[in-house]
Amino acid sequence: MKVRILVSLKESVLDPQGQTVRNALHTLGYNQVKDVRQGKVFEIELEGLGRAEAEKLIPEIADRVLANPIIEKFSWEIMET
Amino acid sequence: MKFGVVVFPGSNCDYDTFHVLQNVMGQETVFLWHKEHDLQRVDCVVLPGGFSYGDYLRSGAIARFSPIMREVKKFAESGGLVLGICNGFQILLEAGLLPGAMLRNKNLKFLCQHVHIRIENNRTAFSQAGYKGQVLKIPIAHFDGNYYAPPDLLSELEKNKQIIFRYCDEKGKLSEEANVNGSAHSIAGLINRDGNVLGMMPHPERASEKILGSEDGQVIFRSMINYLEKKMGSGKKKAVRLVKPPVSPLPPLIGTF
Repeated sequence: MKVRILVSLKESVLDPQGQTVRNALHTLGYNQVKDVRQGKVFEIELEGLGRAEAEKLIPEIADRVLANPIIEKFSWEIMET
Repeated sequence: MKFGVVVFPGSNCDYDTFHVLQNVMGQETVFLWHKEHDLQRVDCVVLPGGFSYGDYLRSGAIARFSPIMREVKKFAESGGLVLGICNGFQILLEAGLLPGAMLRNKNLKFLCQHVHIRIENNRTAFSQAGYKGQVLKIPIAHFDGNYYAPPDLLSELEKNKQIIFRYCDEKGKLSEEANVNGSAHSIAGLINRDGNVLGMMPHPERASEKILGSEDGQVIFRSMINYLEKKMGSGKKKAVRLVKPPVSPLPPLIGTF
């Protein structure tokens, strides 16, 4: 089973990297870009568990390890089973 | 007093810290390998600076799962003195031994420079050899030192006087400019509620000898030694050994990554 987990800074936390990317895009003339938030992607392969178990396990590892809940939020999706 | 310096794969201030504790401060010092489960009965644990596990995932995020960290956590929870310097501070945050988190520096640059920090609270085990308002010149070297905590936590830290050091100018004045990495409330060092765990971004071990341009870092080590000697009941002896001991060679590291 392939899972994709997205981790990014919470809205309440300033993201200077995202801002720098946005400014660079503006310099190139892409003024339609209103905001950029930068994050991380984890592609994880799981084995030996069903969908219901995976749906329990994924947020657990995201919360415990992949994201720091003080500053980051995460979302996830099961890509293929 | 016996100090333990924890060595993670990627620690790079371990020898500097060991050298200062043993050869400058005259204390018995041992290395504690990250795979060990035994703290060798040390009186104080120091998590040194560096780039444990290459700063992968987040600074300090992987090191907190090292076997030795379980012992460090137990040690801290039972009142043991723990000092985290730079990456050590980041590990303490990730391990939940100190509150808050680190963000990338506000200017997105790795900062390697001397800074000034002001002692905000000298009634702690880590700052009692200094005085309130004292300005220390100590270097920093980090990418992720922009301390973040939600507003309610920040007011709690202020209320409990848990902020021990703030970035300031050479006269001790706070400013946005002096707060080089953009930390909330100019926080450079912070203590836990019980007062036995300190994390600080500046490197006191790099500022403990005249030849290195500043001896101000000794204030932190001397405070800890004073505190421990008093706690152990040997307070009647001369509090600090001021005579410089002979420099003994540093032990080689044993262990595989």
